[in-house]
Amino acid sequence: MDYPEGNQALAKLRATFPDSIIEVKEFRRDITVTIKKEALLSIMQFLRDDEELRFNYLASISGVDYLKIEGVENRFAVVYHLYSFKNNCRLAIKTFVTEGSLDIDSVYPLWKTADWQEREIYDLFGIIFKGHPALKRVFLPEDYEGHPLRKDYSLEGRGERSRFDYEEG
Amino acid sequence: MGLESRLGDNILTTVADKFINWGRKNSLWPLTFGTACCGIELMSSIASRYDISRFGAEVIRFSPRQADLLVVAGRIVIKMGPVLKKIYDQMLEPKWVMALGACATSGGVFDTYGVIQGIDQFIPVDVYVPGCPPRPEDILNGLLKLQKKIERDTVLPQER
Repeated sequence: MDYPEGNQALAKLRATFPDSIIEVKEFRRDITVTIKKEALLSIMQFLRDDEELRFNYLASISGVDYLKIEGVENRFAVVYHLYSFKNNCRLAIKTFVTEGSLDIDSVYPLWKTADWQEREIYDLFGIIFKGHPALKRVFLPEDYEGHPLRKDYSLEGRGERSRFDYEEG
Repeated sequence: MGLESRLGDNILTTVADKFINWGRKNSLWPLTFGTACCGIELMSSIASRYDISRFGAEVIRFSPRQADLLVVAGRIVIKMGPVLKKIYDQMLEPKWVMALGACATSGGVFDTYGVIQGIDQFIPVDVYVPGCPPRPEDILNGLLKLQKKIERDTVLPQER
């Protein structure tokens, strides 16, 4: 396979965290590793600080809602896209979050860029990032109720768009 | 104004109407509230090719206190609603509002939780310009329509 850096990362990850890796998927040379939620911070720290791997750039964080998707047990997922400048390679780390316990560790202590991205996911999906310095809404008004990117939230909303109780002046 | 209370509805006040309306319609000072691609078309109609100054509306002001035409060009989301209302409230009378494009008029294709389905739900709109986005010709046509409307205004109050 002509993607050795990614595989090297995978091999190292497997050796260091044998119990935390749930699944590994490869699609067109991009590797996605599904891990246990509890091991997120230690795995991320390892990937960032390991001398050989150096995944020092958090490219993006995404939230996913798997409502009514067959074959997926947990409702939400958070996907971290890492990039290593040293090896010029990418790695996706995926963790599932259940509807019952919506909290997950914040990676803000490792990458400061996680700040607004985690706030965005909290805003639109309602996933709670533990350890985030100021977890509040970014896009929607502060008094907004609900998390509109969830699949069970109707597209037209719940009447927010026709509420015009604005202040005078 | 004390003029009309003494004179009533006679030749002087109708001439005053005509004169003041002529001045107002030919020197509209727009405040461009551009939030989307309609704003780009608006810029195009202001620039040299379409040249909105042919109709006397080239003095663009970004302060509501110095403008009398609020051009809402683009979608207004629920977070922007109070901002737009505040800007409208800060404009001095007489003032007019142009809803530019499908989004400001009705929400357009954005039938979603965040987009207000027409700004006329919270501020009065004088002229709607259809299009997605409208061409500069449409914008100028809207301006001419608004000028026609201003022409018919009565400047002096009819009764006190």
